[in-house]
Amino acid sequence: MAYDKFNILTSSAVPLPIENVDTDQIIPARFLKATERKGFGDNLFRDWRYNADGSPKEHFVLNNPIFSGKILVGGKNFGSGSSREHAAWAVYDYGFRCVVSSFFADIFRGNCLNVGVLPVQVSPGFLDKIFTAIEADPKTELKIDLSEQTITILATGESESFEINGYKKQNMLNGFDDIDYLLNIKKDIEVFAENTPL
Amino acid sequence: MSKTLFDKVWDSHVVKHIENGPDVLFIDRHLVHEVTSPVAFLGLKNRGIKVLYPERTFATADHNTPTRNQHLPVQDPLSANQLKALEENAAAHNIPYWGLGHEKNGIVHVIGPENGITAPGATIVCGDSHTSTHGAFGAIAFGIGTSEVEMVLSTQCIMQPKPKKMRININGSLSKAVTPKDVALFIISKLTTSGATGYFVEYAGDVFKNMSMEGRMTVCNLSIEMGARGGMIAPDEKTFEYIKGREYTPKGADWDNAMIYWKTLYSDSDAVFDKELTFEASEIEPMITYGTNPGMGMGIKNDIPLAEAVEGGVATYKKSLEYMAFHEGDAMIGKPIDFVFLGSCTNGRIEDFRAFASIIKGRKKAENVTAWLVPGSHRVEEAIKEEGILDILHEAGFELREPGCSACLAMNDDKIPAGKYAVSTSNRNFEGRQGPGARTLLASPLVAAAAAVTGKVTDPRELMEEAYA
Repeated sequence: MAYDKFNILTSSAVPLPIENVDTDQIIPARFLKATERKGFGDNLFRDWRYNADGSPKEHFVLNNPIFSGKILVGGKNFGSGSSREHAAWAVYDYGFRCVVSSFFADIFRGNCLNVGVLPVQVSPGFLDKIFTAIEADPKTELKIDLSEQTITILATGESESFEINGYKKQNMLNGFDDIDYLLNIKKDIEVFAENTPL
Repeated sequence: MSKTLFDKVWDSHVVKHIENGPDVLFIDRHLVHEVTSPVAFLGLKNRGIKVLYPERTFATADHNTPTRNQHLPVQDPLSANQLKALEENAAAHNIPYWGLGHEKNGIVHVIGPENGITAPGATIVCGDSHTSTHGAFGAIAFGIGTSEVEMVLSTQCIMQPKPKKMRININGSLSKAVTPKDVALFIISKLTTSGATGYFVEYAGDVFKNMSMEGRMTVCNLSIEMGARGGMIAPDEKTFEYIKGREYTPKGADWDNAMIYWKTLYSDSDAVFDKELTFEASEIEPMITYGTNPGMGMGIKNDIPLAEAVEGGVATYKKSLEYMAFHEGDAMIGKPIDFVFLGSCTNGRIEDFRAFASIIKGRKKAENVTAWLVPGSHRVEEAIKEEGILDILHEAGFELREPGCSACLAMNDDKIPAGKYAVSTSNRNFEGRQGPGARTLLASPLVAAAAAVTGKVTDPRELMEEAYA
């Protein structure tokens, strides 16, 4: 499914300084029963965000009105666990276009790239600087420039570059997805399949 | 050039390499279940295209299915809707569908090997992270997201950069009551849940060579829990013996040809790995987890580590223990428990039920324990009956449920209540994984059985006859 093009994103950010945030926290399994991709943002971080009776947990960052923005900043090893793309959908549907962490789980990172969420991996030191900057001023803005592959804390001017492979970068910049690419080389695939027994 | 086992299988499946980008990887076999497929099928519908190779695609219902009264209509309307969607999608695209009640129905990673869908040297994917299970046969098998499910349905390919390679060697003999599950939990406790991220793991050494196929499946299944994309073990005579004669295994001349390829599937002696780790089998004890990720495990007789002794964030560690209502320095032995779950793609096979039965035989289920024993498939269920294990379970006060993923991820009604402790043979102890507020202790079927009959965390060695190896 195609998604919005991504080039430069300047936004305040929501901090979640917890390590090993797993996909069962991002979207618990009981919310995976849809047959369409919609409404997942409502259940993002469901059990950290709401009590069993549906009332919001005041201390959780998504319920704190002083934090907002299109960037989610998480602790090390963000997105570990399941392959459920619903986790990336929930992040996107909630309104985030970028997740920043010092380390991402593999499948979650790939899923993000496939649904239009940019995973930005920074050094542990730079992650600390971001958390510190947001703590000092919750309205602190981060600027993410995909073309230049840089992330900048605007208040301090501190900047770091991040990695993304050239193919995925072009896809994100243009809002293309892998299926379009694969359908275009279907002839090659069919030849390959003929030579590959079951 | 010398190659690793992983290189041999990966390289032979690359349709196209994109400079500074991913490889286009051909997928031999694609397993589909009800939860991660509907949006992918919808994508095909929107593009007006059909599944390219239905004969390489297999569908089953397992994630949200009930484990009781499967002959009746599914009560939860959302689950019923997903099951209906899969049945209709399978029919529309001519994909074999083994739904509820079908003799081949079961957990996707249990029925793949049972039916010979899993083959050495194959590439196998499924929208489920525990697809790594199939690596036990020397296949490259890993979990994918729904966008990738759509790619495989429509083009039989995915696009991924080639991972780095890691080899984990364990030599020597395992001690009494140390099972494949303990081996895996031990490795994860050493590597942490992110220690193998970016890598594909090969398991090598005496321990894996001597392990049964089902044991190898348990180990490869848990590869994802150390962050690895997958894990694999070179196929050997044990592998060929296991798959021979199964429904989708090649026959006759095809078998002979396949064997020529399969016998080349090992890492060359001078092959280079990006990372190599070695452990001794004698270091491994029966394991149990005490926290909220599978890396938070230790020998069952140990005490919960102090926060200062743990690598990583102290705040995250303390949050985890707070969720579990455990304290630093606590012993795990003797902690009262409420539930026992035997099952899942990790430990829901016949050998797991045999191990469980070996402990509970002649004993009684503890009064305070609710036990959910869920076979991985109908075939496993049949074997439990045929081997007399069902009688042993009944005599000890246990019941057997019907196959499915069940309380491993609690998408159906099998949810551990908030605040309760479950000794579980499944694969994840994340917060709320087995139900909102549930507290999970991951362990082997032997540890689960010892807990089930004593009502508390118990070292299974204390309940074992000398004869049991």
